[in-house]
Amino acid sequence: MEWPGLYNYWIVIILMMTGFYTAISRNNLIKKIIGLNIFATSVLFLYITMGKVRGGTAPIVVEGGAIYSNPLPHVLMLTAIVVGVATTALALALVVRINEAYGTIEEDEIIVQDQES
Amino acid sequence: MNSNIVLRAVAKLFIPFIMLFALYVQFHGDYGPGGGFQAGVIFAAGFILHALIYGLEETQKVAKPSTVEIFVALGVLIYAGTGVVSLLKGGTFLDYGVLEHDPVHGQHLGILLVELGVGITVASVMMTIFYGFAGRGRS
Amino acid sequence: MVELINVVLLALMAIMAMRIAHVRSLFVSVMMAGIFSLLSAAMFTVLDAVDVAFTEAAVGAGMSTVLFLGALGLTTKEEKKASAPSWGALLLVVLTGAALVYGTMDLPHYGDPAAPIHHHTAPRFIEESPKEIGVPNMVTSVLASYRGYDTLGETTVIFTAGLGVILILRRRNKEEDV
Repeated sequence: MEWPGLYNYWIVIILMMTGFYTAISRNNLIKKIIGLNIFATSVLFLYITMGKVRGGTAPIVVEGGAIYSNPLPHVLMLTAIVVGVATTALALALVVRINEAYGTIEEDEIIVQDQES
Repeated sequence: MNSNIVLRAVAKLFIPFIMLFALYVQFHGDYGPGGGFQAGVIFAAGFILHALIYGLEETQKVAKPSTVEIFVALGVLIYAGTGVVSLLKGGTFLDYGVLEHDPVHGQHLGILLVELGVGITVASVMMTIFYGFAGRGRS
Repeated sequence: MVELINVVLLALMAIMAMRIAHVRSLFVSVMMAGIFSLLSAAMFTVLDAVDVAFTEAAVGAGMSTVLFLGALGLTTKEEKKASAPSWGALLLVVLTGAALVYGTMDLPHYGDPAAPIHHHTAPRFIEESPKEIGVPNMVTSVLASYRGYDTLGETTVIFTAGLGVILILRRRNKEEDV
């Protein structure tokens, strides 16, 4: 049956689109960054779901042998998580400076202030 | 204040165990889930807890910002240094097999050093970022 | 049983994500993002990715929440305007989602052992790692040895982020901000 086999991927796409919508339609800069974080987490899901093997276990070698899930997506996503937090930290530092320079973190008010000066 | 005393006592109990757990995760990354990244974040979490309970000035007396910034660079240096040592010993860059008499032992040593470098850098960067945010609100 | 956990956890995460998009108070959004990270760490454990779950719980639910709260303390606590839905963004999101769903029709089913992803480099890692490297945790052996160069780049990225935050947020004593 096709539907249960792809249910995971469709929920992942729903999560991705929710994060995407939050990032593009909200005016508050911190809300946008939260939306980007949700998007990044759902991309992690996509890859790790692809690496799962039915009946497998975590890729740590045990005595007697077993079926292991694919370790390569895990490695790549480990990198992605850490790069994500690094980017979030830099983005939040910039938001703090923008707040000090403009007095607000709403995007439309910042644009108005830029156009006036 | 009474609530302060409870927080301080519990923090005093927890922080050594958090650091110990971070070291455990760092060095047992070979045998179970763990490794440099997780250990670095947990180690920084211990310092952040200290800063939240005892105040930022107290924590900055223990871990000066200038010292932490040196450690940020030290981790990357250890990592790249392992690669350069393998170059000097006759292999290619980051080829751990030539670090010791036996390729498997060389891999073990190489992985240990490399994860140590990663753990040091991640812990120091997380602490530096926290100092940046927490120290900005002063004055 | 595993399938039921899958369904429930993923549905909870979808509900959390939609609430985050909707809520106006930033503090509540940040806390819900922390809960979202914790739920995703549980989901990663169900998907056999224990290293990733550990990192996501430590970094996403721990460090990220602290950074967001620090930034909130230095800026504001609520979103300003009432969130009126913007139809252009909604249309774009629906179209992108539909294109992605169309793209997933060709994907192998969840958990299929015959998927192409399991047939090229992964069997080599799984078979050679205990012999060549001798470390039980295959994720560590791939991360630090087979893909050590990528991890060097990643460490440099974290280093650069720390450098950037120092440059942006450093305040010298007794001087105006840089």
